[in-house]
Amino acid sequence: MLTLTHFLVLAAILFAISVLGIFLNRKNVIVLLMAIELMLLAVNFNFIAFSHYLSDTAGQIFVFFILTVAAAESAIGLAILVVLFRNLNTINVEDLGSLKG
Amino acid sequence: MNWADLNLMPAAPELFLFSAVSVLLLLDLFVSDAKRGITYVLSLAILAVAAVLQLAVAEPYAIHTFSNTFVSDPLSTLVKLAMYATTFAVLVYSRQYCADRGIFKGEYFTLSLFALAGMNIMVSASHFLSLYMGLELLSLCLYALIALQRDSVPATESAMKYFVLGALASGLLLYGMSMVYGATGSLELAAVAKSIGAGSANQVLLVFGLVFIVAGLAFKLGAVPFHMWVPDVYQGSPTAVALMIGAAPKLAAFVFVLRFLVQGLGPLVADWQGMLAIVAVLSMAIGNITAIAQTNIKRMLAYSTISHMGFLLLGLIAGNADGYSAALFYTVVYVLMSLVGFGILLALSRAGFDCETLDDLKGLNQRNSWYALLMLLAMFSMAGIPPLLGFFAKFAVIMSVVNIGLVWLAVFAVVMSLIGAFYYLRVVKCIYFDDAVDTAPIVVRGDMKLLLSVNAVALLVLGAVPERLVALCVEAMKQSLTVL
Repeated sequence: MLTLTHFLVLAAILFAISVLGIFLNRKNVIVLLMAIELMLLAVNFNFIAFSHYLSDTAGQIFVFFILTVAAAESAIGLAILVVLFRNLNTINVEDLGSLKG
Repeated sequence: MNWADLNLMPAAPELFLFSAVSVLLLLDLFVSDAKRGITYVLSLAILAVAAVLQLAVAEPYAIHTFSNTFVSDPLSTLVKLAMYATTFAVLVYSRQYCADRGIFKGEYFTLSLFALAGMNIMVSASHFLSLYMGLELLSLCLYALIALQRDSVPATESAMKYFVLGALASGLLLYGMSMVYGATGSLELAAVAKSIGAGSANQVLLVFGLVFIVAGLAFKLGAVPFHMWVPDVYQGSPTAVALMIGAAPKLAAFVFVLRFLVQGLGPLVADWQGMLAIVAVLSMAIGNITAIAQTNIKRMLAYSTISHMGFLLLGLIAGNADGYSAALFYTVVYVLMSLVGFGILLALSRAGFDCETLDDLKGLNQRNSWYALLMLLAMFSMAGIPPLLGFFAKFAVIMSVVNIGLVWLAVFAVVMSLIGAFYYLRVVKCIYFDDAVDTAPIVVRGDMKLLLSVNAVALLVLGAVPERLVALCVEAMKQSLTVL
């Protein structure tokens, strides 16, 4: 039998993977975008699980909004990535170091 | 749900703003590059009309609409008016700068105004959903604004950094929201507060969620230890956009934090006070000390922003209406000061040259003594030297922590502002006692010169009579936070 705890633990694991993905990734900016997407999906998982166990639909409606915003967000992220690639000819995270102080 | 009960009047300024900006977006397609001034004038007109509408629908009490997701109260009215004025000033200051750099385009105005609409939603939100939507509308517009200067390597790089860290912050915030939702079973701020107050919420989930929410909010404010994006973004983005990020969004972020922590999680005040105290102490220390080492003035102003956010948090730490109004006052004053600081940098920049380092400010007094004086006012005010407005703002937040018995925190804040005075005064020294390196004439449009002068002199004049502004903030806060 699946309980709320199972869902929460799964969401927490996904969330942790995505945060680690953002901080440990030294290679590719696209991986960063994927990690961000995964993070929002982990949150969605949480909302749906709570929504189901609380018998309250508000959480599921919130998920629709998060999905929409996530789509807009990745569109802007990819657009910035394209501009960045045109300027630097690379999408390596380590090459993003011109701003230092 | 009965449609007859749907009262849209409290949201009239936002509805107007959204529709007007959409029309502007279309109109701009038919305007040639040479006549871009039309879009500029229309944007200013939209801001003015929205501000008038805001005054017309203002009520001295809170009105909820859109199924309790939107609230119009004196606090939101005051802050929105301040944001309209700020955005107006930002557009006027950045006109020449943008024209010189090829970003004087329709996108610049529509994105700025949509960002303002997002800020309005953040300020008027009374539900997790509207808080989140407003925040995202603001953030997405800002990411695009930074990257608007497409051929600039620093601008695109800082856009990417801001994007990744901003998205991370939203993720943390959402994760915290989902935990609070699970603990209380509601997404509405008032219902969340009620459920926590009644003790029916799951404490473990709640505290877990609170940690994530505070981290997300600190990210958005740019407070230590979540501040790493601030210097890079300020330095990398075009100065006009840095001004846009540093001014009105700070007001919105402050009210956002207030709605979250005070109106939603108010009963947990004892828990978040401690977390905010750590964030405030670190922000004041790291912001002020690191700023000393900076030679790039935009980067220095970024670290100064971080320290100002620390001071602002002092008011929230107080946990009472007096403290919140002190923090509101501090935010308004901070925005006024940063408008002048960045405004001068914009005035000194010209086609092909960005005023960015301390060397660029050297001997400003020889080149133009009026701008030198305005910069002096901004720097003295930021340092908190009486009788300028910045002093009263610092005084108010420090008094609010003294009043709750945290004398050590007040002493720490005073010591930190003393350290901070060093780098502000160094700018003044560069302006008045060094010889000019750059001797090009300073050409500024008349409207910008007038507005910038009014803006800077306001720091001095309002400093002489700060009571009026303080009273406004106290009144707005009292009438809006009746639940306390």
